[in-house]
Amino acid sequence: MEGVEVAKTTNGTSSQLSNDEDVDMANAPPTTVLDEGVASDEPVGSPEIKIKEVSEVKLEDIFAGVDSDEDDDEEFPGRPEREDRDQSSSPGSPREVGSSVKASDPELMRSFYQRLFPWRYLFQWLNHSPTPTDDFKHREFAFTLRNDAYLRYQAFASSDLLRKDVLRLMPSRFEIGPVYSANPRDRKMFQGSAAFRPLSKELCFDIDLTDYDDVRTCCGKANICNKCWQFITMAIKVVDVALRDDFGFKHILWIYSGRRGAHAWVCDKKARTMDDLKRRVIAGYLEVVRGGAQSGKKVNLRRPLHPHLTRSLDILKTHFQDDVLEAQDPWRSPEQSEKLLQLLPDKELIESLRKKWDSSPERASTSKWADIDAVAKASTSKNFDSKALLDAKQDIVLEYTYPRLDIEVSKKLNHLLKSPFVVHPGTGRVCVPIDTRSLDDFDPLGVPTVQSLIREIDAWTDDSDKQSQQDWEKTSLKPYIDYFRSFVMTLMKDERDVRVKREHDEDQPDSLEF
Amino acid sequence: MKRQDFNRIDAKRRNVVDHRKKQFADPTYKEAQYSHRLNFYATPPTAEITLEQFEQWAIDRLRILAELEACSFRNKTLSETALHMKPLLDKYMPLDANSSSSTQLVAERQKDHYSHFILRLAFSSTEDLRRRFSRVETMLFRLRLSADDMRERAAFVQGLNLDWDPVPEDELRQFAAELAAVSFGYGKKAQQARDEETWCKVDWGRVPDLVESRRVFLRAGKAYVPFREQQSMVVAEFTTRLERALELTARALPRLDEDDRLTPILNHLSKNFVAPDSNYTGGSTAVEGAEITARNMDNLVQHFPMCMSSMHRILRRDAKLKHFGRLQYSLFLKGIGLSLEECLLFWRQGFSKLTDDEFNKEYRYNVRHVYGDVGGDSNRRGGGYSPYSCQKILTEHPPGPGETHGCPYRHFNMENLTSLLQSSGISDRAVLQGVKEDKDNQKFHMACNRQPLLPPLLWWWLVA
Repeated sequence: MEGVEVAKTTNGTSSQLSNDEDVDMANAPPTTVLDEGVASDEPVGSPEIKIKEVSEVKLEDIFAGVDSDEDDDEEFPGRPEREDRDQSSSPGSPREVGSSVKASDPELMRSFYQRLFPWRYLFQWLNHSPTPTDDFKHREFAFTLRNDAYLRYQAFASSDLLRKDVLRLMPSRFEIGPVYSANPRDRKMFQGSAAFRPLSKELCFDIDLTDYDDVRTCCGKANICNKCWQFITMAIKVVDVALRDDFGFKHILWIYSGRRGAHAWVCDKKARTMDDLKRRVIAGYLEVVRGGAQSGKKVNLRRPLHPHLTRSLDILKTHFQDDVLEAQDPWRSPEQSEKLLQLLPDKELIESLRKKWDSSPERASTSKWADIDAVAKASTSKNFDSKALLDAKQDIVLEYTYPRLDIEVSKKLNHLLKSPFVVHPGTGRVCVPIDTRSLDDFDPLGVPTVQSLIREIDAWTDDSDKQSQQDWEKTSLKPYIDYFRSFVMTLMKDERDVRVKREHDEDQPDSLEF
Repeated sequence: MKRQDFNRIDAKRRNVVDHRKKQFADPTYKEAQYSHRLNFYATPPTAEITLEQFEQWAIDRLRILAELEACSFRNKTLSETALHMKPLLDKYMPLDANSSSSTQLVAERQKDHYSHFILRLAFSSTEDLRRRFSRVETMLFRLRLSADDMRERAAFVQGLNLDWDPVPEDELRQFAAELAAVSFGYGKKAQQARDEETWCKVDWGRVPDLVESRRVFLRAGKAYVPFREQQSMVVAEFTTRLERALELTARALPRLDEDDRLTPILNHLSKNFVAPDSNYTGGSTAVEGAEITARNMDNLVQHFPMCMSSMHRILRRDAKLKHFGRLQYSLFLKGIGLSLEECLLFWRQGFSKLTDDEFNKEYRYNVRHVYGDVGGDSNRRGGGYSPYSCQKILTEHPPGPGETHGCPYRHFNMENLTSLLQSSGISDRAVLQGVKEDKDNQKFHMACNRQPLLPPLLWWWLVA
């Protein structure tokens, strides 16, 4: 049974299940009642895992009742008993978190998902209402298990069931897909007919710093620092304002991707029900930087500039000065400055600049940028096209600062994207929401890691009653979860208002009483 | 649907029974009013026409549509197509404007109206046919719309009632700069144009291509569209309505009980919707020294288009060719008039390393299938598949590793293409440079046409 085998290295059962169950020693296949109920029948690690679904709903339902009585409002029960702290520990008690513990350590992940992950708010975010609707029940989830197997088309009737499955399977990450026209687990019943198809999903955007490798000098590949993070800040500013002002979207959630980028989830109902064509249109509207390594000048815009581009230039020009010219200094060396010269239009100007820079190597980019205008002004050529130069400079600013989006993520309705609040297995950081009101203060290197969070819980010594306090309130995850909660509340209120208004309107013709 | 029996009296209709009065009785169907040259084809025709008119009008329209489709495959621009189509349209389907003093207005428009609906019947049965029909009808509509006179076009669009909101005054003032910038450019002239233009405000989703290419100003989910861009919205609306109507027609088709009159005509029409024709007969037009035989093949290869000659080269080199290469090449050979026996001989000689038995077992059946000698009813009836058009070769099924089919101008990278051209004797710098430019601009047809040998498209005319 694949679910069981994957969980082999964890310490037996989650204590969320009934207290009557056996506590298993490590390495013995657990024999919980739940697992016996699992109907999966493929061998461990077989490639078929990808397509087989695990049907476990029925027993879950039985236990669901039992659980909620125990937990009630206590979805993340605190752990009063702390005496036992050794490795082969009793169920559920957190380990002493040493600095050598990897983020992907199963025990840590389990504690995180058990006690810190905001299941209820995630559910409400996807469900758009407090009681389960098809938006959640027919929503696809995909789990990446720790043996790299990929389980698609998982669906759950409630947040508790989702949580249970995650704790049982302990995926290294899980992703959210579209809402289908029927329960994804039942898809085989439709024999591939059009009756089973994706209906809606949030509009998503993905910005990854590796797409900026040709313009960032401080880091490369998987590394990031506060200097190159500014590219993401710039991107968020430009995309966010375009989505709000131009397209009229109101509920936009930006999530840190855990290592070197950010995702956007546009949750307005209008956005969720858009078809592939419309998504491609929005992605095309926002796309400016085009071309791969061999393409030469990547930004070639028609003039006059569209208002979106003039607005973007306005937002980006100070960033260009501070974050690109000064912080990145992209044109210091002769080869690098050659790249800059290739983007300019006037041959004479290029020649003069090249001569000037050859004679003063390692001149700072800020100076080189200023040189362009200085040398141009001094130019004696009568055919000098100053407009062309201005346009080229604008194109260069955009090439170095404008958002580089991964268009594939946005184009298709059925694309799967990593869920918020998942732990990034490589860095241990939690994929937290980015508060756009304090965008410039966001520090990716200061995002809590799963190790630090568990340590914070352990260190919590407040001794007032606080059984009712959620675990995450004791940690630095609190502000992020608070932000997420208020976002979700606003979203739900909006949807509820629309529903109520519609019902109200429908009632109107009947209410002509005197 | 009841069979039309002229003697039958339908109780639901007002019938003039007296045979002397019948010929002069008022028609019981409303005559269609054709107030505009253009037509959204919303209402089906109701009057009676003869079977000859039925067939002839449909064939004329089909000629136009097939030619339009060919123009699109050759990547002609709108103006080139308009130029090309003008003589044909004037001959087969003229449509004069209201302002002209033609007496034939109603007749022309009726022909246009009816032929469209007849072809709808013929082309709604399969999804492929529907897609092609709606695509080519949209092209025709767009062509006619752009050729239309400004005032008449405005009147037509007005009559459509497509519910576009005009932009209120205060917004016009607020966004004056942006509107000018997006739609007209810089300076005084642009501003003037903006002021004179009529603007309307629609949901951005209704003008997807304008939004995607940033050619329209957006605010709060609404697009501010100048009148001249409304053309693309009208065309988009046309396409949507047509596609919906075609689906409904497809569903209603089985209930049509016209097996002896209309159905044969409709079937004939849908089969002929190909350019060029897929019926190939033996080449009786062979020129001395250039007979199309297996023996002569190596001489003829130099005249073949690059895709075919490259496959020939590989066949000679390796004594074998993978399936899709054989398919594409055999269809071409059939197209230029190679008979089945000669073709079998050609492949037998090509696969020189095999024994007779092996060849017969693995490859013989395939060649025969291509010629329609074996296979299902439709395959045999139609003489096998038709040779692939450039469009098909360019867009469908790109070659994978080890495969040889496809279009070299598209599927080869620049170096391989250059060496291929040079090894076939083309070393003229100008030609190679031209080919490179065409490839960069994705104009693969033009690149192929630069071959200083017989242009490939002429082949089709050669064999007809």
